[in-house]
Amino acid sequence: MKNNWYKILSVILILYTLIWGMLGPVPRLDILNETIRNLYYHVPIWFAMLFQMGVSVFYSAKYLNSNKKEDDSVAFNAALVGILFSIPGIITGAFWARFTWGTWWTFEDPKLNGVAIGIIMYLIYFVLRASIIQETSKARVSSVFNIFAFVMLILFIMVFPRLTDSLHPGNGGNPAFGKYDLDSNMRLVFYPAVIGWILFSGWILNLFNRLSILKEVNNE
Amino acid sequence: MLKRQLYELVKKEFILEFRQKASLGGVLIYVVATIFISALSFNKIIAPNIWNALFWIIFLFSAITICGKSFARETAGVSLNNYLNYKPLIFISSKLIYNFLFLFLVSLITLFFYSWFVGYLIDNFALFILVLLLASLGFSSVLTLMSAIASKAENNFTLVSILSFPVLIPVLVLVLRIGKQAIDGLNWSVSYDFLMILSGINVISVVLSILLFPYLWRS
Repeated sequence: MKNNWYKILSVILILYTLIWGMLGPVPRLDILNETIRNLYYHVPIWFAMLFQMGVSVFYSAKYLNSNKKEDDSVAFNAALVGILFSIPGIITGAFWARFTWGTWWTFEDPKLNGVAIGIIMYLIYFVLRASIIQETSKARVSSVFNIFAFVMLILFIMVFPRLTDSLHPGNGGNPAFGKYDLDSNMRLVFYPAVIGWILFSGWILNLFNRLSILKEVNNE
Repeated sequence: MLKRQLYELVKKEFILEFRQKASLGGVLIYVVATIFISALSFNKIIAPNIWNALFWIIFLFSAITICGKSFARETAGVSLNNYLNYKPLIFISSKLIYNFLFLFLVSLITLFFYSWFVGYLIDNFALFILVLLLASLGFSSVLTLMSAIASKAENNFTLVSILSFPVLIPVLVLVLRIGKQAIDGLNWSVSYDFLMILSGINVISVVLSILLFPYLWRS
């Protein structure tokens, strides 16, 4: 029970944000209208994805220094969880885009292109792992690629969109988040949602790790 | 001492390249043949954006053929010898410098033949050469690291292009934009932001190659 508090907390927080996110008061803004509620789902899911990618790159770096097989398997699992979280992230984003920008997907926005490229890079990370048979060489080479991919992902989705024109808030002269969730009612839902989704992704990572340990034991 | 080693290694790469006339000639014939085919299929290109796109696509594929094989020569014995004799920093730097110089040289040759056969549309020549320089640096640094990664995996050459494509796409998009601005002869100040971003990617990919290579090298 001692280690389970965060699982319960994540479920409570996500349920609270799902329900209160739909019912709670939101500011009336042009174009955004009621879609502003997507802030509670789209943004926290991407934060959880980035958090998992961060965990993955941390364990890859740790593996390069420690050469412990467990570190590499945590890095792999975290990247997998991150990719899983990117799917609802893209779907909620596509709905938001449809009802504010009028299209499901656009190639005009550097952030969308950056995310697409980032996801392809992580898929290639899995391909690279599958193409190397020898265990130690696989772990080392894929850790190196993972670090490279993470730095590029951060560049493509956090840095470049701020330098060029983007449709996303906070980029290219558009108003930043602060303007929307200045409303203190929204903060009461948004911050719990971020914490809830990050804890939830941690729970899934925990399950994946336990599964790979069981597989390991089973193989021996 | 270290500077001398670096110089020796870069020199060795060039000597090896020129000794194997098949690979050097292969690259040149590849570039000229591609340009010849595009000249036959397009005659003269008048539209700047098509000229630009075709040029950079030819550049992309010649970059992959040149830099993608930079670790293909390292057989087990050779790499053990290198591992015992050189520091990883020196070794990766020599590969980066050699690939960059060679790619830049080939891209100048490409530009020459392309302008000759397909047509010359560039208005701001200095800017275009600067873009060529930065693009060579970016492409060669990404491809060198990916070639080192792929050399540790079995199926070598296809993996290089798969590994490096996602990182090369944003570089290519930037280069296409600045190249278009150079062709249109816009003021330098217009391209300033893009040039900064491109140099940023170059610096980061060079630094990452140098930092990460020692870990690959050890296995």
